[in-house]
Amino acid sequence: MNKLLDLVALVGTVVLGSVAYIGELGLFALNGVSHVFRPPYYPRLVGKAFMEIGFYSLPMVALTALFTGMVLALQSYTGFSRFGAESAIASIVVLSVTRELGPVLAGLMVSGRAGAAMAAELGTMRVTDQIDALSTLSTDPMKYLVAPRLLAGTIALPLLVALADILGVCGGWLVATKKLGFSSGAYLSATFSTMQPQDVISGLIKAAVFGFIIALMGCFNGYRSKGGAQGVGTATTTAVVSASILILALDYILTQVLFVK
Amino acid sequence: MSQMKIRIRGLKKAFGPKIVLDGVDLDIAQGTGMVVIGGSGTGKSVLIKSILGLVTPDAGVIEIDGEDVLKASRSRAKELRSQIGMLFQNGALFDSLPVWENVTFGLLAQKRLKRAAARDKAVEVLAQVGLDAAVAGLSPSELSGGMQKRVALARAIASEPAIILFDEPTTGLDPIMGAVIDELIVDCVKRLGSTSISITHDMASAQRIGDNAAMLYQGKVSWTGPATELLTTPDPVVHQFTHGLADGPIRMALRR
Repeated sequence: MNKLLDLVALVGTVVLGSVAYIGELGLFALNGVSHVFRPPYYPRLVGKAFMEIGFYSLPMVALTALFTGMVLALQSYTGFSRFGAESAIASIVVLSVTRELGPVLAGLMVSGRAGAAMAAELGTMRVTDQIDALSTLSTDPMKYLVAPRLLAGTIALPLLVALADILGVCGGWLVATKKLGFSSGAYLSATFSTMQPQDVISGLIKAAVFGFIIALMGCFNGYRSKGGAQGVGTATTTAVVSASILILALDYILTQVLFVK
Repeated sequence: MSQMKIRIRGLKKAFGPKIVLDGVDLDIAQGTGMVVIGGSGTGKSVLIKSILGLVTPDAGVIEIDGEDVLKASRSRAKELRSQIGMLFQNGALFDSLPVWENVTFGLLAQKRLKRAAARDKAVEVLAQVGLDAAVAGLSPSELSGGMQKRVALARAIASEPAIILFDEPTTGLDPIMGAVIDELIVDCVKRLGSTSISITHDMASAQRIGDNAAMLYQGKVSWTGPATELLTTPDPVVHQFTHGLADGPIRMALRR
């Protein structure tokens, strides 16, 4: 009987803890977003965060997209050649990259780089009293630290994904024309005739949501970290893991919303 | 009797089952320095954070100039607290900003200073704490511990606050640098006519920077008196603490 009660207590603790976490996260997000629209504004900090999230992630996202497009072309060829459907490779590459792989892979890569950096920076600021110091210097830390990152993340990721889309298609084209013997003109023609504006736009909408999620989880976990270096490490790991899981879960939800009637 | 700048009554704060502050009463007169001493975990930092608004007390009154900041509207409380400067234990300088921006951060945030004039103002304040103008362009990580403390002090006094709080200002410094920081604190507080509250474990420092002292023990202020009497008072708790004795009422309480 006692073991059963212990189990119930454990389940209750986990459920209550999860509800409290989600509630805290929701309030944190609302507070952060509200500061994006209320003065004073910090354009310099938005620019700095944009560089951190967007510009410095460029090489990593570019390489990921390029190689993904190349692999996709090769793998599609392996499968489709068995059915004599090699001509569908261009369509498969462009649709996969723009609709799915561009935003998801860019999101996961940026989460591992910029999301972790945000959590580590804010976590260090928390455990060294820098966030408290901001409050004592007439500055709201949510406005100064969180709002610029949320805005920068939401803007930067769609731009990164637009580039990832182009490079992913280029990767596919490169393999198709140089290795698989496709005609360059025919491949590009198939690519553009398949691709619809909504394919790209829906990918960019996903990217904006993922960018917001990466910044939110990085800031949230860093902001509430405690316990010195170990706490900062835990916050960083939690930020990356939670952002990655949320990206994958939201990807499914957004795909449903954007593509299925 | 001089007017009370800060008046604290019945301040209580618990974190879960742990009661940290259990009815703290403290009066700090205008223009005087109060030193708060007490063992680790007795709530000294929580007391200071409550005054700053970084911790919300469970009960009690914190009056600044006769106005309860805990009952004041959010904007009024912010206004009252804007006259407080704070020197954090580890300096808490912003790593991402150069020294001059650290020093003038509060003034820029309050729009009391244009960005173009900020560097000159920073150099002026840095000179008051004995630092050269060349330091202004450096990053905090390029400074020694003593210099970081001076920059943090410069940041705390830059807006000429009416109240300055010091959290263990000499911790981690060698005795000579500690004495230099104490001297700077006394000099700055006197020059600005500010009221100060300092937390310290260093009895020499306590006597240098404080006019009065208070002992925080078991969540309450157990003793108050002139800082000069810290080492001579017959109060058994203060005597044990200030003389660093292993045996006495503090250890007996810990055993219980």
